[in-house]
Amino acid sequence: MVMVTKAPPRPAPVAHRALRLLLASGVTAVSLVAAPGTAAAEDDKSAAPKTLTVAVSQSIDSLSPFLAQKLTSTSIHRLAYEYLTNYDAKDARPIPGLATAWTPSPDKLTWTYTIREDSTWSDGKQATAEDAAWTFNKMMTDPNAATANGSFTANFAKVTAPDPRTLVIRLKKPQATMAALDVPIVPKHVWEKVGDFSKFNNDKQFPIVGNGPFVITDYKVDQYIKLKPNKTFWRGAPKFDELVFKYYKDGDAAVAALQKGEVSFVPNLTPAQADALKTQKNIKVNDAPGRRFYALATNPGAKAQDGKTFGNGHKALLDPAVRKALFLAVDRTALVDKVFQGHAVEGEGYIPPRFGSYFWKPADGQKRAYDPAGAQKVLDAAGYRKNAEGKRVGKDGKPLDFRILCHATDPNDKAVGKYLTEWWGKLGIGLKVECLDSVSDPWVKGDYDLAFDGWSVNPDPDYVLSIHTCGTLPATPKDTGATDNFICDKEFDGLYAQQAVEYDAAKRADLVKRMQSRLYDTGYMNVMAYPNALEAYRTDQIASITTMPEAAGNLWGQDGYWSWWSAAPTASAAGEKESSSSAGLWLVVGPAAVVLLGVGLWAARRRRSTADDRE
Amino acid sequence: MTTASTPADVARAEKARATDGAPRTGSSLGYLRHAAGKLGGALVSLFAVLVTSFFLFRIIPGDPVKAMTHGVPTSAEQLATLRRQFGLDLPLWQQFTDYCAKALSGDLGTSFQFRAPVGDLIAEKLPATLLLTGVAVVIYSALGLWLGTRSAWRHGGLGDKLNTGLALTLWSVPSFWLGLLLIIVFSVGMGPVPGLFPTGGMESGTGETGFAYVLDVAHHLVLPVVTLVAVGYAQTLLVMRSSLLDEMGGDYLTTARAKGLRDDAVRRRHAVPNALLPTVTMIFINLGHVAAGSILVETVFSWPGLGGLFYQALSVPDLPLVQGLFVVFAGAMILMNLIADLLYPLLDPRVGR
Repeated sequence: MVMVTKAPPRPAPVAHRALRLLLASGVTAVSLVAAPGTAAAEDDKSAAPKTLTVAVSQSIDSLSPFLAQKLTSTSIHRLAYEYLTNYDAKDARPIPGLATAWTPSPDKLTWTYTIREDSTWSDGKQATAEDAAWTFNKMMTDPNAATANGSFTANFAKVTAPDPRTLVIRLKKPQATMAALDVPIVPKHVWEKVGDFSKFNNDKQFPIVGNGPFVITDYKVDQYIKLKPNKTFWRGAPKFDELVFKYYKDGDAAVAALQKGEVSFVPNLTPAQADALKTQKNIKVNDAPGRRFYALATNPGAKAQDGKTFGNGHKALLDPAVRKALFLAVDRTALVDKVFQGHAVEGEGYIPPRFGSYFWKPADGQKRAYDPAGAQKVLDAAGYRKNAEGKRVGKDGKPLDFRILCHATDPNDKAVGKYLTEWWGKLGIGLKVECLDSVSDPWVKGDYDLAFDGWSVNPDPDYVLSIHTCGTLPATPKDTGATDNFICDKEFDGLYAQQAVEYDAAKRADLVKRMQSRLYDTGYMNVMAYPNALEAYRTDQIASITTMPEAAGNLWGQDGYWSWWSAAPTASAAGEKESSSSAGLWLVVGPAAVVLLGVGLWAARRRRSTADDRE
Repeated sequence: MTTASTPADVARAEKARATDGAPRTGSSLGYLRHAAGKLGGALVSLFAVLVTSFFLFRIIPGDPVKAMTHGVPTSAEQLATLRRQFGLDLPLWQQFTDYCAKALSGDLGTSFQFRAPVGDLIAEKLPATLLLTGVAVVIYSALGLWLGTRSAWRHGGLGDKLNTGLALTLWSVPSFWLGLLLIIVFSVGMGPVPGLFPTGGMESGTGETGFAYVLDVAHHLVLPVVTLVAVGYAQTLLVMRSSLLDEMGGDYLTTARAKGLRDDAVRRRHAVPNALLPTVTMIFINLGHVAAGSILVETVFSWPGLGGLFYQALSVPDLPLVQGLFVVFAGAMILMNLIADLLYPLLDPRVGR
């Protein structure tokens, strides 16, 4: 016989309820129990190997030096392979790398490099001129091997190694950049076994044979890349026992890891992050002159090499007076203060000041200094009258309304866009800021009036100058050229051709400065600022480290291997020993979780069985 | 009294047998028909996904070659080589037929930016995503079911209000923000709370093996899972709560109580099974999302999963990779929907009849 009355809900005993609460609040609560374990396991710091951990966010595209184009990958190649030359940490001038000396022939077409005798591959074999010759020849004969660095060998006619210490490069026409060949030299005896260079990523067998200051010993996609010092490196072995590039896909999480000590170094900080870290103990913020320029590009009327024009750039911008007026109304000091929050230098010439030998700035009479009143006068004089609504009217009778192409992913673009709208609005010129995730589509089609532009400059300025020459325009409007902004100026091209064959460093630098002066005068590329590189490291892990330029410079993305090669650990530097602390933690957490789970299950079963019995 | 049956009796018995038997054979046949229909539908969807994924992503503006080489010294010859390597120099129809031929043989092509087969790239990252999102979905589904049932059973009470309120609040919290907060409090440590968990990644990478490795991964798993659970369990809770509320007026519950069953048993054995259907749909939709991972949480915790890969693929756009990921994501969704469809008739015989 079954009782018909409804059984009242049984109040759970207090202890029982507390237990369930604990279970429900989950692992977090469980781990709190384990807190003592963490502290206990942190005592063997001095004996631990000294690891330098660098937070990175950009994925490796390939570990093959023939394919890699992303900064993280090429920076790691700089550590793992010697290039023929390197750049001085002081002033970025070319200095010996795998080659100890290099000389051109009188006809300028043959360069002879002396290869050093004290560089060995990490598998013990001697690095020779034959390795270098093989690397270049491979790039010249197999287009797949030229994927990443083909631009360096495009002008090579023949490369030979008459003896192990001598490398001879014969050129098609003279080339001034022969001390700036940023091509990792690979060991022939390893790489000649590779079949298809377009598919070989060099990431299956470790350690990777190299002759740089570090040897790549392990890699897990988007988790870490590990390197060990090359003890036989000719310049001297690095001082840390291990260098780890650890992935942090989020900048704020990387900053948290730095605060905790899980990483030793974090690059690419935002001004807010830098300001927050400045006051922290054991952390040094490096606010360094950058290698980028940030510019306002103006569409000069997109054109292809076949002479056809395309795109819909505004015709009024072809008038130098309009370009001049627009830039006169840009308050660069305000942009540096307000947008970059002081972490930038006001823009002048095309090449940033850190590259001292090529840096140029306009003379007083030439300079388009901030002068909004002057801008109004320039427009008045050029015949751009204001209409009844106060808007400037173009030669076609229509009000001047421009568009500017902005990177939706770059907050600086948006902020600067707002200022430009305001400043140019006062001139009577309308501006529409068009922010896109990918600006490359309208850009290559020439469908823009103005655009936010920026490039990282290399110690050798050849490439960033070449992208404004007529030769880089697309072959036809349907093609894509290497051109940046469709600039094609005969005078600039003439100077470019001269500097490209000028082997005298001082004379070449002079030509490069004249090119910048010409670029400035045409007014199609207006540099607004040189943003600083903001980065931070832990002073309780890194005792000393070399910046580039040495006096004040950056650590991440240097042109040489100076930062990580020179970094010296502090006496106590072992970082947060994550592994041991986690092991200690889990020694406690594991059993605790099992016990709690067991008790929970037992309680649940007990409840169920009572209920069933009562039915 | 004779036992001879009258024709009317026979006819009635025949009818009874017929009506008796019909549902049984009818239901298994019906189930097979239901299953075959759903399976066919799934295959058609999968094929449609395969075809549309090719065209869908060609709409994304941006030139992959230009995007990949931006900021890198590149000659016109190099650009041409890249185009040829990627097959972008071929006419669109030829790219499409190549893609179809390869896709049907299980080859999703080679990623532009990583120079590796798309299948390999996905296989490499899939386990991490399945682990993170899978664990989270299981936990938040269970938690949501449990709390949803409680809330509905004592709806209007303080417990219900607290539960629903908290769940809704957490649901409206952006996951990356909550993740970051958890990192700051429980990874770096704040005030009396020590930094217990790693700030990111899936393992310490210090060479643990075996059980130590499992513990290490579990240690890294805690915060991202807590984030996903906190932000996600409200869905299951609310759906379970409302469908259970719908059932609570049912006469069969009164009958069950009249039989003298305990309140717990009425809920567990009678009400909940009937209220499960919408929740099961929701859980399977969530399971379908497991493969796609969570881009935001994976990013904040630097979890090496498919979400991050998809983001990187889109930003180029790395066409073979986005296509492949799209097929995998959509395929997982189709598969989970199919399983849900096949399960419904077993959970509730009214479906598929």
